[in-house]
Amino acid sequence: MTPHLAITDQPIDVAAALAAVQTDTAGAVNCFIGTVRNQSGGRPVRRLHYESYDSMALTQLGHVVSQAYEKWPMLQEVAVVHRKGTLELGDVAVVVAVATPHRAESFAACQFIIDTLKQVVTIWKREEYEDGTEWVAAHP
Amino acid sequence: MYAEDMSLKIALYGITREIVGTSVIELPAPAPATVGALLEELRKQYPALGELRSCAVAVNNEYADNDHPLHTVDEIALIPPVAGG
Repeated sequence: MTPHLAITDQPIDVAAALAAVQTDTAGAVNCFIGTVRNQSGGRPVRRLHYESYDSMALTQLGHVVSQAYEKWPMLQEVAVVHRKGTLELGDVAVVVAVATPHRAESFAACQFIIDTLKQVVTIWKREEYEDGTEWVAAHP
Repeated sequence: MYAEDMSLKIALYGITREIVGTSVIELPAPAPATVGALLEELRKQYPALGELRSCAVAVNNEYADNDHPLHTVDEIALIPPVAGG
């Protein structure tokens, strides 16, 4: 039941994240994969640069997963891996994998974890365009 | 609120690091004694911080309210709007 949480500057191994949540007590594994897309608000994006405050990111991620275990007591296993550094189009930026006995809770818990991660986990994203860069969400 | 014999180190990330131009700010004594006083001081020194959508302060890896006290031994960081995922 100990969640597998990591921030890495290496390419994310999605299969390893799925293997980390495999358990014979779960009949459902749900996996969200966030990837780098080629535009943001209609503006072409060349690549992304992620920066992380690792120790706090892992602390906050731990809180998010604890909240998920409280909301869905049947939640079995959780893995969350977030990439940092420079990512090219199509690269995997984040993987959230959860295992539950039945499918409904797997969808709900997976969505809760990725949605809450985006609100509290100390990772920042700088988008690179043809004519400059911008920190995402920094200004109103 | 300032503490006479206390100095602080503040870690900066993302856009706050670019605004200030360094990854660590060192505030000599007397340093702000609470999160609120620290934010007030830094916004005075770096007005661009006040233009951000938000700017939180973390103390020892947890988000801290304005009345949270600060100590020299604390790990303190400015947290601009996060954008993971």
